[in-house]
This record gives sequence, structure tokens and C-alpha cells, in this order.
Amino acid sequence: MRINDVILRTVVRFVVFIILTLAIYLFFAGHYSPGGGFIGGLVIASAFVLLYVTFDIEKVKKGIPVDFKKVAALGVFLAVGTGFGSVLFGVDFLTQAAKKFHIPLLGEKELGTVMLFELGVALTVVGVVMTIIVSIAEGDGD
Amino acid sequence: MTIHLAIILPLLMAALIPFIYKLFTKIKIGWLVLLVPVTVFILLARFIPLISSGETRTYTYEWMPSLGINFTTYLDGLSMIFGLLISGVGALVVLYSIFYLSTKEALHNFYCYLLLFMGAMLGVVFSDNLMVLYAFWELTSVSSFLLIAFWHHRRASKAGARKSMLITVSGGIAMLAGFIMLHAMTDSFSIREIIAEMPALTNESLFIPAMICVLLGAFTKSAQFPFHIWLPDAMEAPTPVSAYLHSATMVKAGIYVVARLTPVFAYDLTWFWTVTIVGLITLFWGSFNAVKQTDLKALLAFSTVSQLGLIMSLFGMGSLAFHVDIDASTIIYTQAAFAALFHLMNHSTFKGALFMMVGIIDHEAGTRDIRRLGGLMTIMPATFTIAVIGSMSMAGLPPFNGFLSKEMFLTSALKVAEFDIFTLSSATALVPVIAWVASVFTFIYCMIIIFKTFFGTTEKLPQDRHIHEAPIGMLISPFVLVFFVIAIFFFPNVLAKYILAPAMLSVYPGLASMTDMTPHVYAWHGFNTELWMTIGVVVFGFVLYATLSKWRNIYNTIPAQFTLNNAFNRVLAEGENVSSFITKLYMTGSLRHYSLYMYGFLILVVGSYFAFSDTFRFSMENNAEIHVYEVLLVLVMAVAAVAMLFAKSCVTATVLNGVVGFGISLFFVIFRAPDLALTQLIVESVTTVLFLLCFTYLPTWKPEKTSHRQKMTNATISILVGLLVVAVSLSVLYFNEFKTISSFFENAYELAGGKNIVNTILGDFRAFDTMLEVVVLCIAGIGVYTMIKFRTKKGDDRHEN
Amino acid sequence: METLMILLIGVLVSVATYLVLSRNVIRVILGTAVLSHAVHLLILTIGEVKKGEAPLLGNQTADGPYTDALPQALILTAIVISFAVTAFVLVLAFRAYKTNGTDDLEKLRGDEYD
Repeated sequence: MRINDVILRTVVRFVVFIILTLAIYLFFAGHYSPGGGFIGGLVIASAFVLLYVTFDIEKVKKGIPVDFKKVAALGVFLAVGTGFGSVLFGVDFLTQAAKKFHIPLLGEKELGTVMLFELGVALTVVGVVMTIIVSIAEGDGD
Repeated sequence: MTIHLAIILPLLMAALIPFIYKLFTKIKIGWLVLLVPVTVFILLARFIPLISSGETRTYTYEWMPSLGINFTTYLDGLSMIFGLLISGVGALVVLYSIFYLSTKEALHNFYCYLLLFMGAMLGVVFSDNLMVLYAFWELTSVSSFLLIAFWHHRRASKAGARKSMLITVSGGIAMLAGFIMLHAMTDSFSIREIIAEMPALTNESLFIPAMICVLLGAFTKSAQFPFHIWLPDAMEAPTPVSAYLHSATMVKAGIYVVARLTPVFAYDLTWFWTVTIVGLITLFWGSFNAVKQTDLKALLAFSTVSQLGLIMSLFGMGSLAFHVDIDASTIIYTQAAFAALFHLMNHSTFKGALFMMVGIIDHEAGTRDIRRLGGLMTIMPATFTIAVIGSMSMAGLPPFNGFLSKEMFLTSALKVAEFDIFTLSSATALVPVIAWVASVFTFIYCMIIIFKTFFGTTEKLPQDRHIHEAPIGMLISPFVLVFFVIAIFFFPNVLAKYILAPAMLSVYPGLASMTDMTPHVYAWHGFNTELWMTIGVVVFGFVLYATLSKWRNIYNTIPAQFTLNNAFNRVLAEGENVSSFITKLYMTGSLRHYSLYMYGFLILVVGSYFAFSDTFRFSMENNAEIHVYEVLLVLVMAVAAVAMLFAKSCVTATVLNGVVGFGISLFFVIFRAPDLALTQLIVESVTTVLFLLCFTYLPTWKPEKTSHRQKMTNATISILVGLLVVAVSLSVLYFNEFKTISSFFENAYELAGGKNIVNTILGDFRAFDTMLEVVVLCIAGIGVYTMIKFRTKKGDDRHEN
Repeated sequence: METLMILLIGVLVSVATYLVLSRNVIRVILGTAVLSHAVHLLILTIGEVKKGEAPLLGNQTADGPYTDALPQALILTAIVISFAVTAFVLVLAFRAYKTNGTDDLEKLRGDEYD
């Protein structure tokens, strides 16, 4: 898959970072406004997909040396782990806990295990979507 | 807890054996296994003094209290008898098997299955809860299946295992139905509670069905006519298994259930008739067929069938005690049950010894065919002793324990013949006649065992091996058993007092005192009818044995195609044919056909419901307002969707699908669902990329080569499905009876600390769904990855899977 | 509005059904994709539309009533799952094509002993 389009490549270089920033915003915003684990994960994944579509697979692989299968596994582990974590503290499976923190610049923010759970969801989404796309893209073995 | 321990111990050991057997290379693992039944036996034996005083012990472990299913063990006289038999004979069989099976066999499998069976069987006899009993009951069937098929490379083993499994498990399911009916009547699964409630319920409509179902289970398990056909085929199992499962213990599970549930069902005479008649037919048919066998094990199998019938019929006769007023003159009716329990013990001793004897002969001489065997008396004197004692006891001759119980059986049979309060004397008069005829045949096959095996010439024996007496280890177990055969004859009342008497209380709870129901067993009670009958058996038996070759032909009068075995095979084969024919009619392998079935069924069921009821309601009053751009959007989407049908290339179709998808995300915006809109937008993009990626590997889109008729069918079905969905949706929209639960989630901030309600539902309220969804997502990813990266090499991918 | 949406859903379902009944594997997969679109719309429509603000508490623009959030959560889950399933089936299809050399379902029936 070789596309020789200078304009597209140049634009994508910038756009990907904007998209990733948006993704991180969406991920953290999820508790109060639209966003969350699924959307955050999907947006990150779409940024990567854009990279793959624009550039060579090998090139992107060098740039992002991540094994997406492991990302997905880590995500599932986090999501399930948060569930069992609450069991360790003697409450029902998947009970979420939260506490307010004062973080400089951002002000009063609430951090909780739900964040971990959402992170697990996001990582799984990124991992799985990318695993699927990358496998198909480079899959033509024979 | 001791009794729970007794059940758990073998099961635990069975689970451990696959892991530890590798440590036993020098000594055989059987020695370790031997500890289990010995321990259980000692555990149980400690309770004998307590039980013999008429007490019982109950332990409850609450398992599923909400369903009324508790793991309650109940130790009383009846379960004690079986418990001692299972662990005692079990210990002897394990000891015997150590010498019988060579180390080359898969010993870990063998002992694993054997212990599984032991635990299950102990579970059957000690469970007070019918559901638990049933679970253990099926486990015995499964372990029996595994043990029969132990030599699974042999076709006959597999066939025998399948047959026994089919018959006993179908009986088991009938029994389950019976148990559930009992539960429906009494609202309890506890045997003791059911017994307490039952006398008042004999007129319930479910009473007879429950009885028949339970009896089906008992009869199949205990190889009663006509279900006995599995037992001879089960003889393909290694001989220790035959001695243990198929003569001493498992086949007696049915008898156990009959004995245990006698106080439940005996209030109705149907019980008496069914159990007695089936038992007597089995008794006769088993002994009659045993005579024609040429394989020693098959002969013993039919003899077991016959003896089981004897015990079964005795329990049937014993149930008459529930129909008389118990006083000194009628207490004799309980003696049938006493004789049954007595013969149960005796049968386990002599039949166990005989099976082990046959095993020794098979092991040493290399054949069990009586046409080839002969003259082994001088070569194997010890084995000969076992055979003589065992056979004589089975034939009912003194001075062996079989004589005592056989005499009591004849007494009971004669007593039933006198039982005329129901003016059925002509029918019951047949009972002693059948008993006597069956005894004659029993005598004949006992003679066959002794004379054909140990007398005559050694010419036809396999000549390639040096035949000698069995090693001492193989002789210990049968000698222990024949020791009991003789000891019980001389001291029957010790057994009666300590073991059998408390069991009588279990069969006849509250009917009479323990001592009243325990007759004093005499070897000699003068020249009475029973003795004359025995003498007649011996005389006739000898005459018939001597003239066996003259009347043997009567076995050929039944043509092969009318035998029960043939009927069973025919039913199986026909069943297979018919079901595969029917399956082939609709399982065409075409996805289109399957989809058509589903859609057709949907249209038929839901559509006809709409047609024949006035469910369809519809109003547009509460509809939200429509804007022009919304109508435009709907039109665009509808056109795009319809255009997909006529798309000339797959890329076009995919793009049109994308149009529909993006249209939906616009609707999500309009309908105030920002999260959805975002998600849909991204997913649609990624899906489109995915489709386009895949198309690089797929062929170009060729026009559909479907016939006009097929197209019309498809179109009709599609339009009907669409109409149906519209009708259902409109009706659902109109239906307003249920209150919405969404207001609960509007407390999201207080309950979950979030303001985005959708997200709090996903992350907190319904986090479990989300978690599992993530797991599903991951599985799909793994599936895609493996499908692409790992595949079978070209050429051999047909043989995988 | 709801009635209009339901009519659209009916069209989508009909199209999806027709696609599912075809012989070409890709058309079948596209059919399932359209079907899931229809179902997502259906769930949302049944939950009554345009009855309130987006389900975001304490938004400056509005303070209730909100649209029903539960169908939205369900659909969100469904979208992601249907994406996973579509991907899986797609790969299955092109794998099957690689192995069997055809994308015609009538030729992919398998023989008696499969």
C-alpha cells in the first residue's frame, strides 16, 4: 500500500496529533460531558488508522513499536482487575470508588477506580481495532 | 461428617490419581488405591454397634437450600449394608486387580474410574436427598461406561459400554422424572420426609406414574427383564470390574432404591405385582439363558441377572407386609425382605468369588470358553476349591450361605402362595412354581461351571502356554470371600443381628420392632416343603444336566431376529436412519435456506399472532414534530439502502452502507445522543476502512446468478420481514403500560459521581456488561488475528479440526 | 417523527434481509451491517425521541428533562460489538475465499462428512 501524496502526508502528520489530543480530552471528559473509554479508544484507534492508511505499514510500525495484542490484553486485564479489586476491599464485584483531588491548574477533580476501568476499556478498544486492521493489512501471507 | 468423608475420599483420590501415578513406577499404584476402600470400611465399621442398636445418623451439608437440595447423608441399617459391601468388596477387588492387571495397562485410568465409581456408589446409598442420589446414580452409570470401555481398542468393549450407558441412563432419566413427581406430591426431596408423608398420598394421580418411573430406573440399573440385555455385554470389562460393578455393587443400586422406597410405594398393590412379577420373570429368564452360554463370564452374567431377579422379587413379596395387620402370625411376610437383604450379602460373597475365579482361569488358561476348558482340577486345586464353594452356594446347597437364603426365599414364595385375602390365590400359586423351576436351572448352570471347567480333558486348552495355579495375590480375595460363604452358613445370626436387623427397620419403618422382624436363621428346620423342594431341585437338576445335550435344542426355538438384543439393535439402527433422513431433509448446508427457515418462522409465528389478535395498535398522537431536513435525511438513507441492492461493485455497496451509517450518526445528533453520534461516526469510518481493506483480497463482484424465482422469494420474504418489524415497532411504541426506569439513572451524580448519564451507566451501573463486552471485543480481536496469522498448511487443512 | 423513523427502519430491515438471503458472502456481511444499523435506530426510537435534553446532568443550557439514557448506553455497547462481529465475519469470509476459492455461499455448503 503505497500512496504518494505529499499534501496528504504533511496534513496527516499534524492532524494525527490533534486527533490524539482530542482523544485524550474525550477520554477524561467522559464523566461529565460526551466522551469516555469507548470513544477515547476509538478516536485513538482512528488516528492510528489514518497513519496506516497514509503511510507505509512498515514505516508506521517503526514509529509506533507497540504490540497491539498486548495492549488489548492489558486493557481486558485492567477492566476485569478493577472488578476484582473491589472484591479485595470487601465490596461487591465492580463497585467503583472515587475521591476528589485538588490538582494544580485543573482544579478540583475527581479520580476513581472508574477511571481505571475506563482506561481498560479504552486500551482494549485501541488494541483490538488496531490488531484487526494491522492483521488484515499485512495478512496477505500467501 | 464421617459419612461425607467416606464419599469424598474416593472422589478426591480419583482426582489425584492422574497427577500422582507417575511417582509410582516401582510399586503398583493399586497399593495406594487399596488404602481408600480399607479406610472407608473401617470408618463405617465403627458405626456398626450404633446402627445395630436401631439408631440412625444424619448429617446435613446445605448445598442449594433455596431449591431444597441439601447434601444430607443418612446412615441407617440399609445404607450400612451397602456401604460395607461397596467398601469391603471394593477393597478385595482392588487387591485382586493389583495382580490381575499388568503394569502395561493404563492403570491410572483404571483406578481413577474405579474410585470415581466407588465414591458415586457410596453417594447413592448414603444420600437422603433424591436429587443428590440421582446425581450420584448417573455418575455410577458414567463410571461404569468408562470401565466397560477400559480396553477401548476393542470393538466389543465399546459396543458393550454404549449399550449399558444407553439403557441405564435412559432408566435414570425416567427415575429423575419419578423423583420430581414425588417432589410435586410431597414438596420435599428428602427420602425420610417423603416416607413420613406418603401413606396419605397413595390416591394422588401422580402416585402410579411416579412409581413406574422410579421402577424403570431401578429395573434398568439392576438388569431386570427386559432391560437385562446390557449386563452380558458389559462383561467386556476387565474381570475385577465385572466382579465389583456388575455383580456386587452397581447392579444392586436398583435393588437399593426398591428397598429404600418400599415404604413409599408399598401401600399400593401395584408395587407388589410389578416388582414381584418382573423379579420372577428375570429370575427365570436369567437362569434359563445362563445354561446355554459357552463363555464363563457370560454365564455368570446371566446368573447375576437371575439372582438380581430373585432379590427383586423378594422385595416385592416383602411389600405384602404393608397390607396385613402385623401380629405374631403375619410377621412372616416381612421375612421376604429379610431374605432379600440376606441373599444380597450372600450373593455378593459367592458371586464375587466366582467372578474372580473366572478371572484367574482367563488369566492363566487364556480362555473362558467352556467348550475348550476342562480338566483344570488337578492343575489349579485352589481355584477349583473356590469354584466349588461358590457354585454350591449359588445352587443353594449346604453347608454354604446360599442354602440359607434360598430356603428363606422358598419359604417366602410358599407364603405368598397362601396369601389369598385378595382372592388372587390362583395367580400367586405360580410364584413357588417359577421359583422352583428357576432354581433347577440355577443348579444346572452351577454344575456346568464346575464340571465343564475342572473335569474332563485338557486337550482343547490353548497349548502355547504353561498353565499353573494362580499367584497367591490373586487367590487372597476370592478366598476371603469363600471364607465368608462358609462362615455365614455357620453363624448366620451374627450377621442377622448386627447388620440385617437394623436394615429391616429401614424397609419397614415403624411397622414392628427390630427384634420381631429378625427371624432366627436355622440351617435345619426339619423335613418341610422347602427342604423337599431343594431335594427336588438337586435331583431334577442332575437329571437335566446329564441329559443336557438332548434338550439343548429348545434354545434354538426362538429365531435370532426375535431376540431382545436384536430388537434393541434394530431400534437403535432405525432411529439413527430416521433421524439422519429427517436431518438431511432440512440441513442442506445452504446459508440461504437456514435464513429462510428463520425468517419464515418469524413471519409465521409473529405475523399470525398479529393477524389473529387485535394486538396491532397505532397512533401518531404522541409523535415528536418533524422537520424538513429530517425527512430529507430519511429519504437519503432509504435511497442509499435500496441502492445497495442494485450496486454493481462491492466498493459502491460499502460506500452506500457508509452513507446509511453516517446518516444514523446524524440522527443520533438530532435525538440528543452525543456519545452515540461520536462513536457511530468513528466506528463507521473504521468499518469502511476495514471493508475496503478486505476487498483487496476478495474477488470482484460478479452479478448474482440466482434464478428469477429465488429472487422473488427473497424479495417477498424481505418485504414481509420489514412490514413485520414496522408493525411490531408501532405497537410497542403505542404500548405505554410500563413505567420508564430512566429516572433512576438521572441520580447519576449522587450514585456514581458522574454527570454524563450514558457513561455512568457504562462504567458504573452496568459495568458488568461493559466488562464482558470488552472481553468479547478482545475475543473477536484474537479470532481475527489467529485466522490470519495461524492457519493450517495447504494440503492438510482438510484433516484438521 | 417516530412513525417516520419506524418506516425507515422497515426499509432498512427489508434491504438487510434481502442482502442476507443472497449468495455472495460480502452481500451477506453488508446485510448484517445494515441490520445492526436498523436495530440501533430502532432501540433509540422505541425509547421515545426528542423528549428532552442530552443526558448530561447540570449542563448550562438545560436542567432536565433528559432523553432516556438507558437505550443510548445499550446502543453504545451494541455499536462496538457489531463492529467486532463485522470485522470477524469479514476476515472469516476472506479466509474462506482464500481456502476454498469461492465467495459463493451455495458452493460453500461442505460435503456430508464435514
